[in-house]
Amino acid sequence: MEQPTVITVDQLTKKFGAFTAVNAISFDVKKGEIFGFLGANGAGKTTAIKMLIGISKPTAGKANVAGFDVTTQAEDIKKNIGYMSQKFALYDDLTVKENSAFFGGIYGLSRAKIKEKSNELIRELGLQKVENQLVGALPLGWKQKISFSVALLHNPKVVFLDEPTGGVDPITRRQFWEMIYKAADAGTTIFVTTHYMDEAEYCDRVSIMVNGKIEALDTPQNLKADFKAENMNDVFLKLARG
Amino acid sequence: MSISVKHISKSFKKVQALQDISLAVGQGELFGLIGPDGAGKTTLFRILTTLLLADRGSASVAGFDVINQYKEIRNSVGYMPGKFSLYHDLTVEENLVFFATIFGTTLEENYALIKEIYVQIEPFKNRRAGKLSGGMKQKLALCCALIHKPKVLFLDEPTTGVDPVSRKEFWEMLKRLQQKGITIMVSTPYMDEAALCDRVGLIQNGRILEIDTPQAIVKHFPATIYNVYAHNMYRLIQVLKTFPTNHSVFPFGAFVHYTDRSPEFNPKELHAYLITAGLRDVTIEKTEPTIEDTFMELAR
Repeated sequence: MEQPTVITVDQLTKKFGAFTAVNAISFDVKKGEIFGFLGANGAGKTTAIKMLIGISKPTAGKANVAGFDVTTQAEDIKKNIGYMSQKFALYDDLTVKENSAFFGGIYGLSRAKIKEKSNELIRELGLQKVENQLVGALPLGWKQKISFSVALLHNPKVVFLDEPTGGVDPITRRQFWEMIYKAADAGTTIFVTTHYMDEAEYCDRVSIMVNGKIEALDTPQNLKADFKAENMNDVFLKLARG
Repeated sequence: MSISVKHISKSFKKVQALQDISLAVGQGELFGLIGPDGAGKTTLFRILTTLLLADRGSASVAGFDVINQYKEIRNSVGYMPGKFSLYHDLTVEENLVFFATIFGTTLEENYALIKEIYVQIEPFKNRRAGKLSGGMKQKLALCCALIHKPKVLFLDEPTTGVDPVSRKEFWEMLKRLQQKGITIMVSTPYMDEAALCDRVGLIQNGRILEIDTPQAIVKHFPATIYNVYAHNMYRLIQVLKTFPTNHSVFPFGAFVHYTDRSPEFNPKELHAYLITAGLRDVTIEKTEPTIEDTFMELAR
């Protein structure tokens, strides 16, 4: 069965003065798909994501995310997506429960719903012992897992993950990906950036951005075949080095 | 020995950051400290660069004791901390001149050492450091750490958050610095970078798990690893975890790395088990362990 499209991007462009950060990119992402959004530092990934999550207006082109237009319905997009990045994740001075209540409240969940969701989060991650500890005192890997769960609290159609696993130990990194698989399996669309090329292989499809343009977009398997590469790292090096 | 660490321990309040760490790095060696965030890498770097005192144990760098001869160490080492230590309001050139002056030298005196790296950022020498891209900041910070021609170079996570292309270039720069006789101790959370070091120490939760050459470390892996593939990765992981004799199940790129604890393990039985569970396109093949496999096995 063909899944519905959740993200549609058509000739999306962003210019800063004479500099074109994102140059007419186009792609679609389906419901429940894990979409890897790769590129070198400075290739334009962050600028593109900012447009897709409704915090930066495109210079030209169109994009629709979770049923809303990024230019005219930016506020609706923010309510219907989840977002986590390595830089901004949780409030270190709040406990696990308080963070969950805070973000649940922001997304307009009822008190009863927040309570139910918080308990579910704590149970699933096995955090009973630390539920009243300040998040700042927890290991990075735990924080990232909590942060991902918090981004899913309001059952968004799409969740954007910006380098979610940087610096995380290899076992926790894999547990994190199992959480991603589980969310995708339940129908959530995952839009993820990473510098770990083994993680690129975990995606259903991967796009690689070079100097503001999408230079390749396919399944990891097809990309490896097309570029006669053994793994995604080789594909990346071949493309990004030109 | 260029760096010698003997039974170093360090605690911060309740957290034991380092527990009885011992290691030795030879003259001109490229030594990698590989471990995730919170493993204790930065604490060890700060002790070796005399910015922090250990609770127990002793250490020397470039032949100097970290406590009694800390001033000599500060003149003999270069240190590039994980967070950038550049002055954002100074230009590229001003940063370099500043660091050179502090160490009583000049840009010209040791220009040969940094030339190859500096030429890449020289077109922007009048730009403020705060306005540089991440890659250029990294190159400038490396130049600043090298300007006084250190005997030992400490690089704390220089490639974290850096894309694979820039990471590769950075490691090529390190190799060339090593050829100039500089001892380098570098930390990284990227396991694949371990292969680029002469020797590595795997570190987690303040303990050294193993120290050896990257080649020897993977040889020590105690089990046979199988690359398992099926049409649905998530289902595959779930089902493998229910196989009665499973020892470890870890996704690895396009495959799952599977190890079994039974000496009579037969891949054909596992194959049949996966098919019965509804998985398709199943393949099971032996594969070679990587540093990351070893790290996870030791960290379990």
